[in-house]
Amino acid sequence: MTSPIAGGVDCDLHPALPHLTSLLPYLNDYWRDQVTTRGMTDLESQSYPPHSPISARPDWRPVEGKPGASLHDLTTQALDPFGTAIGICNPLYGLQMVFSEDMADAFCRALNDWLVKEWLDKDTRLRGSIVIPAQNVEKAVAEIERCARDRRFVQVLMLAMGDIPLGKRALWPIYAAAERHGLPIGVHAGSNYHNPPSSVGWGSYHIEDYVAQAQAFQTQLTSLIIEGVFAKFPNLKVVMLESGFTWLPSFVWRLHKFWRGVRMETPWVDRAPMEIVRSNVRFSLQPVDAPPDAAVLDRIFDQMQSDELVLFSTDYPHWQFDGNDVLPDGLPPDLVRKIMIDNPHATYGRLKGAEAKEAAA
Amino acid sequence: MNVQFRPAAERGAPAGAVTAIADCDIHPARRSMRDLYPYLSKRWQEHLETYGGHAYQGMMEGPPYPKAQPNASRRDAYPPEGGVQGSSLSFMQKQHLDPNNVVLGVLNPLNTGQGLRNQDLSAALATAVNDWQVAEWTSKEPRLKASIVVANEDGSAAAAEIRKRAGDPNFIQVLLLSRNVEPLGQRRYWPIYEAAQEVGLPIGVHAFGFGGNPITASGWPSYYIEEMVGHSQCQQTALASLVLEGVFARFPKLKMIMVEAGFGWAPSLSWRLDRVWQRLRSEVPHVSRPPSEYIKDHIWWTTQPMEDPERRDHLFQTIDWIGWDKLLFATDYPHWDFDEPMRVLPAGVSDADRAAFYLGNAKKLYGLT
Repeated sequence: MTSPIAGGVDCDLHPALPHLTSLLPYLNDYWRDQVTTRGMTDLESQSYPPHSPISARPDWRPVEGKPGASLHDLTTQALDPFGTAIGICNPLYGLQMVFSEDMADAFCRALNDWLVKEWLDKDTRLRGSIVIPAQNVEKAVAEIERCARDRRFVQVLMLAMGDIPLGKRALWPIYAAAERHGLPIGVHAGSNYHNPPSSVGWGSYHIEDYVAQAQAFQTQLTSLIIEGVFAKFPNLKVVMLESGFTWLPSFVWRLHKFWRGVRMETPWVDRAPMEIVRSNVRFSLQPVDAPPDAAVLDRIFDQMQSDELVLFSTDYPHWQFDGNDVLPDGLPPDLVRKIMIDNPHATYGRLKGAEAKEAAA
Repeated sequence: MNVQFRPAAERGAPAGAVTAIADCDIHPARRSMRDLYPYLSKRWQEHLETYGGHAYQGMMEGPPYPKAQPNASRRDAYPPEGGVQGSSLSFMQKQHLDPNNVVLGVLNPLNTGQGLRNQDLSAALATAVNDWQVAEWTSKEPRLKASIVVANEDGSAAAAEIRKRAGDPNFIQVLLLSRNVEPLGQRRYWPIYEAAQEVGLPIGVHAFGFGGNPITASGWPSYYIEEMVGHSQCQQTALASLVLEGVFARFPKLKMIMVEAGFGWAPSLSWRLDRVWQRLRSEVPHVSRPPSEYIKDHIWWTTQPMEDPERRDHLFQTIDWIGWDKLLFATDYPHWDFDEPMRVLPAGVSDADRAAFYLGNAKKLYGLT
């Protein structure tokens, strides 16, 4: 195994909301009443069925309650063992599935307040992602503005499968707000299930949906590049979370070939796709979709032609690795340092401010 | 590419001087739908005139994303006698088969009624297209072989068409498209796999088609290039569905060819499938072996559009995983993104692998001598 080094940044942790009713203290009277009077059920998404093997590592599974719901478990299981200095919380509660724009907005505000109160306030190592009601771009921007005042929010969180492709111009005000506040856009695996979870329709199985996340990330990367998001917002970073990254080289070969062929269609894409990826797009480490063979992984990093694209993650509590094998075999020490420390700090501008503040205090 | 660089014939090279190749993806075109009328009943001719094809997309005519070229085809491929690119056998012979020394050409007719919403029309058109391929192409040019076009959304009609053509040497594969109403592993398509296995023909799964599903899991993108690049994601998901539904476990002699969807993604998709299967195999007990094994045993890949990374060793690493014995050379003639035969493979490939890549693998798969 490759040993982690202390002081790393874990870019993909999933604190779980115990239940929709856990948001009640953070909702106003109207929405509290809506939840109770209408008998609303928990908004758990089928992307991660709580009892699915992939949703929690067996030894991380609590005796009762949802995996990832306990602060104590998260810090002792995900942070302490790897000497992690900073952990970024990406709540995956199913608010993106909500159809009502107003309800989505109220619930997102409550979820972000819950994250501050129940997690960020309780452990100084934790940072948060702003969950937004992408159902309504104006409200999403307002929520970014509201949360961005708290420097512990370091990212805006969206899903790999939504209503429209991420590059679409309708979403650009979100990217403008994120760039303005130095917040990367984190795109996490998951769907709002408003479209079929694959580009060829509805499959039969949970395993198909999970495999298809990688293809969804690929089409999103196409969309972000081709629509010109990074030409318009050159300082915006997009972080693909739980996306896998071993598909990146062959994906870019294909995109590059077609870009050469039909670039007259999108003249604003004035740099080669791989160049855009290198300057603006990052990927979380887990899952490592490769065989446990150091030579294979070495080839993949060579094909990526950069050691700056991958950011350390455990994907806690999802079951991506066993024991302390969070880093795949055979990573050279320089690359470990890049993945665990340098790359996350270069990506998340707001971590610098936090460090300086802590040092001053 | 839009035009071919100095075709071999213009350079004055005799055909015999060019390596003999198989082209496993050639698109014969109709000048118009009326070319099929001799093979369609009066009823369906009138139906087409009155109602059109009624596909799973909104356009009466043409594609929803305008192509980069007229008919997505090379500008130098218009036949001198008129008609769209790919509609003239004599010009295809002169421009492509002769100068590129194509000794085996596999016809994959597109826009021929696969996956229309009216299943009876789809079945009638499939039969007509198959008759047309024999009458207008393969009976006149022995180097060309036809694909059995089927009404893929109607499994029993499709299976009947396959059995009807069994033993006819004009046909060497069944043709499906990647984008359908449901992922290709779903049971509605199993009669097709059963029939193909029974008659001993491989199935070519060509990228494209319209099944009513957006080409991303986040809805419809804006640009043609997104559709073109997106076909590889569709193909990946379709292949994952075939494996995870247990199609290859159920039909162990079935052979499939992934046509015009790239092959660079084969390793990373297989690795992801294997990893996730280790975790979630209790959900799919019918998938009893690691998914990559089914892919290695049952899948062949046409080459065009060939991935061309900056460094050729990256290409060779990918092919080494897939196997040099699993690639079938294809040009996609007359389409604009045609891969020119002798420029596609970088230097550094052994003679045996080259021979397999250009011709040997195709002959072996299709059982031709």
